[in-house]
Parts: sequence; C-alpha cells; structure tokens
Amino acid sequence: MFQPGIWRFGRLMDPYAEMSRLRNEMNRLFSGASQPFAQAYPAVNIWVGDQEAIVTAELAGIDPAKLDISVLGDNLTLTGSREPETLQENETYHRKERNGSRFSRTLQLPFRIDADGIDARYDKGILKITVPRTAEDKPRKISIKAA
Amino acid sequence: MEKEKTEVMKQQAQTPLETERTRNRRVYVPKADIYETKNSIVLIVDMPGVDEQTVDITLEKNILTITGNVEPVVFAGKSLAYSEYDTGDYQRAFTISDEVDQNKIEATVKNGVLRLVLNKAEKAKLKKIAIKADN
Repeated sequence: MFQPGIWRFGRLMDPYAEMSRLRNEMNRLFSGASQPFAQAYPAVNIWVGDQEAIVTAELAGIDPAKLDISVLGDNLTLTGSREPETLQENETYHRKERNGSRFSRTLQLPFRIDADGIDARYDKGILKITVPRTAEDKPRKISIKAA
Repeated sequence: MEKEKTEVMKQQAQTPLETERTRNRRVYVPKADIYETKNSIVLIVDMPGVDEQTVDITLEKNILTITGNVEPVVFAGKSLAYSEYDTGDYQRAFTISDEVDQNKIEATVKNGVLRLVLNKAEKAKLKKIAIKADN
C-alpha cells in the first residue's frame, strides 16, 4: 500500500472476492450440483459450512405453525400444507397456476444433525433452517507428537 | 435444447414490450391465481422474497404491472452445495378491462404472497332483470 504500483486497486474494490464468487459460480455450473429445474415442491437450496448447513426453501403463503420439521440421523424432513383459497358459490377461477396442497420432502445432509440446535425462520415466504452438526461429527484437529 | 418442464419450476420472464432492464438480475414470472367474485376480481401472486417495500404495482392505462425486487442471499463462509432454485426479480403484467374500477384496487403482501383485489366498476356489476309476466 505504501509503494506505488499497478496492484494498488485494493482501495477501489476487492477484485478477489468478485473473482472467487465467479469461480464458485462456474464450478457450481459445471459440477452438476445445480439442477435447472426443481424436481419436487418446495424447491430448496442447501449451503454447507464447517459447523452447520443452511437450508432455504421458497414456500410462499404457508402458515408457519402448520409446518413440521423433523430430524432423523442426517435426514431433515419438511412436511406441511398450503391452504387453498375457499371460494364461495358462484365464484370461479379464471387462472390457477399456483401449486399447493400437501407436501413432504426429505433431504439428506452430509453430516449428522444436532436436532436441539436447529433454528428455523420463516420470513417473506422464504423458509431458512440453520442445521448444526453434532459435536462428535465435527472435524477434529489431531496434533502430531514428536517421537 | 428444450428440456422437459415440471410444474414446480420457476419460469424465466420475457422482457415485456421490448424494454431493456437496467438491473443485472434474472427475472421470473411469478405464478398467479385469478378468480372472480360478485364484486371483484382477485389476483393472488406468489412472490417469495418480497415484502411491501420491495413490491411495486403500477397501473398505466389498462396495463397492471407487478414488479418485485429480491436481493440475492449469500451466506458468508458457506458454499452452495445443492441448488434447485435461483433468486431473481419478479415481473408480470396483466391487461385489465374497463369493468374494473381503477381507483379501487387494494393490494396486500403477506408471507411472500401478493393479493390484489380489483373492485368492479358499478356499471359492470351484474344486474338481475326481472321478467314480468304478461297476462
């Protein structure tokens, strides 16, 4: 920073963050992790870190009290339903595209889930579940002793 | 290459009326239900990720345009391991007929669902015509 040079663009922007984001996007595109079309309802995205994973799902217009999240081993199951509109007599649909009714999805995560530490939030129609790893499943550092 | 589409997938929007966008985001067509009651036409639009601040409804002449802006979410320190949906803006336009009173449109957003109630104009309400018996 104190000497002049062509690499002084750090003050303007961080090119590495943008480049690593682009690289990650490209890797994801070619790795096949991303499915162009969702196979089941609701569509989910899974973010994985060292300590926990975050599962997000687009679930517009559900009652969070009626959503059920259950855990078994490394499986996370979402069950719920979306109440259809109740139409009165003489009321007719002109167009019906929104899918609904009951759904149930089981997702397998790459580690065993600490069921007590799960945190689920529902905001603006997006469900976000933070799923922590169990303590015994976390990566452990092994120190090497000198012989 | 045409891929088989499933019911649940998000549909990417065509740019309406040959306009160009200034935001570098994907745009999706939100799914909508429309039903008609005696006094109104109700539009229910699924737009997960929007709230009352980020959804915009404009009515110009007979075209009702709904736009919703969604900021992409990135969780620091985590990588997207599996992905079935992508976040992007929403845009959809409807042509509404004269029978809707354009000054009486109510809109609410709850849990990512936009609900628009278009009240019918007085003259368009169904009138029952009594038939008199002519003896």
